[in-house]
Amino acid sequence: MEAFTTHRGILAPLDRANVDTDQIIPKQFLKSIARTGFGPSAFFDWRYVLNGDVNPDFELNAPRYEKRSLLVTRNNFGCGSSREHAVWALAQDGYKVIIAPYRGEGDDYIPGFADIFKNNCSKNGVVTIELSEAEVETIFKAVYGEEGLEATVDLENQKLTLHGESEVTFDFEYDPSVKNKLLKGLDDIEESLLYLDDIKEFETKHATWIHQ
Amino acid sequence: MAKTLFDKIWDRHVVRELPDGTSLIYIDRHLVHEVTSPQAFEGLRLTGRKVRHPELTFSTMDHNVPTDDTRLTIKDPISKAQVEALETNCKENGIHLYGIGDDHQGIVHVIGPEMGITVPGLTLVCGDSHTSTHGAFGTLAFGIGTSEVEHVLATQTLRQKKPKTFKVEYTGKLSPHVHSKDMVLKLIGIIGTAGATGSVFEFCGEAVEALSMEARMTICNMAIEGGAKAGLIAPDQTTIDYVLAEDRPFVPKGEELEKAIEEWKKLPSDPDAKFDRTLVIDASKIAPQVSWGTSPGMVIDVDLPVPGLDDVPGYSAGDVQKALDYMGLEAGQALADCKLDTVFIGSCTNSRIEDLRRAAKVLDGKKKADHIKLLVVPGSQQVRKQAEAEGLDKIFTAAGAEWRWAGCSMCLAMNPDKLAPQERCASTSNRNFEGRQGAGGRTHLVSPEMAAAAAVAGHFVDIRTWNGGN
Ligand code: SF4
Repeated sequence: MEAFTTHRGILAPLDRANVDTDQIIPKQFLKSIARTGFGPSAFFDWRYVLNGDVNPDFELNAPRYEKRSLLVTRNNFGCGSSREHAVWALAQDGYKVIIAPYRGEGDDYIPGFADIFKNNCSKNGVVTIELSEAEVETIFKAVYGEEGLEATVDLENQKLTLHGESEVTFDFEYDPSVKNKLLKGLDDIEESLLYLDDIKEFETKHATWIHQ
Repeated sequence: MAKTLFDKIWDRHVVRELPDGTSLIYIDRHLVHEVTSPQAFEGLRLTGRKVRHPELTFSTMDHNVPTDDTRLTIKDPISKAQVEALETNCKENGIHLYGIGDDHQGIVHVIGPEMGITVPGLTLVCGDSHTSTHGAFGTLAFGIGTSEVEHVLATQTLRQKKPKTFKVEYTGKLSPHVHSKDMVLKLIGIIGTAGATGSVFEFCGEAVEALSMEARMTICNMAIEGGAKAGLIAPDQTTIDYVLAEDRPFVPKGEELEKAIEEWKKLPSDPDAKFDRTLVIDASKIAPQVSWGTSPGMVIDVDLPVPGLDDVPGYSAGDVQKALDYMGLEAGQALADCKLDTVFIGSCTNSRIEDLRRAAKVLDGKKKADHIKLLVVPGSQQVRKQAEAEGLDKIFTAAGAEWRWAGCSMCLAMNPDKLAPQERCASTSNRNFEGRQGAGGRTHLVSPEMAAAAAVAGHFVDIRTWNGGN
């Protein structure tokens, strides 16, 4: 995996909550046995009209977002199917960072991203940033208010900066294990195989009947 | 310290704690299907790694396969290539495969329990979010992405952060004609599709204990629709009877089995075990559920009107409006007033023999409404065989249904079974996302009994008071 340290690029908005992975990449594209080629199909049913033409009403199709590489959206992004194709599609369509708000606390907590999706992002060098709803609201306003608005993500220092008329910086939390992996571009399997002896030892003690 | 069912399974599977704060967890069972595995096998090939435990890896073909009589010869060349890739990958790596034409082929979450691959106390994963189904046995089962599929193939482990626990207790008894599908839809309606993110459910209480294994699987199947990592139900005599019932080839035998049963009996949560969160639902008050929107959390009692823009907790007015527009519905409308085009009985949520029996009971001696296309797709070839032995297929075809071979079919419409734009479908599956059953298609999630009755009436009815169209 390619390491992620900092990234500066244009922000684009997708003002919907609960965007599911069926929307990010519809099933007809899951028939591929390759890991590449999914980019043009990201958000397919929204991006194109039925005859295959580009849908002018879909906000990400606006010319001002053509060169975007950061996406700001609403909560529970990437829910539903576990398909990693959703992350491949976004990454191959040029998205390096996705920003979504968490809401509430305790029993009312709603996350910015669904679990499996977030985890899949971490395996593909895509950074998922969760901010408060108020902060995300500020970002939406800034994106709508200024064409070509750029932002920088500094993962090491956990800072997101909007380069608008006046610069605004947000601090974000990041799971230290994921952060370290992204910063160094580590391969999970290689890392886990360092513990092969532990795995072998575990297997000698674990129930034997599972291996029938 | 008192432990939950989840803690007990987790603790038994920690290979070691890792310096980065995650745990290396041993995986006992790995299920594989054609859609989410090819890139994982390719990854192994590129790095020269091997499948560590082919004997713990089980695969079938379900998502892509046609379920009509053309099933043995897939016409779509891309689908065909994917199915062939799985055949090659299994052969090269010595992995069990229940492919097209095999007596045991079926939806991965139907055949796991059927073959005794799923038994209590294990860890089980699959590159599929509905892996949560297997939690009905008190086995920690969850969906993973393709990178993790590759990780499990190579190491038989996963790096995991310990999730939280969320107890959902269903008190009281269900009313007649209300089923486990309604129990889980009700729950998602309450907590929303992200309400349980980062948690593992434990479903318990009188109404859960009273359920059969198949009905329990329906609840756990949709745990992911509440955002949960997994759903668990403590193993009890019902579980053990199911596991021992028929010839399930992968269930341990003899002395090993006796030892295993002793272990299984120790799994239920200790009486004073603490959960991070608890919710109590009175099962006796649950009505048949129908989803009206484009997210499983957009669901109502069948006798309630379609909600207004500000009446849906957890969804903004804008999102509700988008859903109503997509579904072609208006706030205040009765669901019985909208005409259906298709009824789909199938999917890993509701395609087991008991589901088919329930649907058949409603359809027996009746005919579907003329304008309805009715599709009945058993979850596995074994379910199909059993249904035919009981004569259910005759009831379905006499009612005007198409009786199919096993597969995912119109649950996600990756095979030729799909809705046309704006077609409205009553479906026993688990997801009503936009386009899930075909681009532009409109899905309403219901139980098998509600689906069958809707096929006869041509629109939704309240199964509790419906007189069968007479
Ligand atoms: S039946 Fe539907 S939900 Fe279940 S595994 Fe197949 S596609 Fe997924």
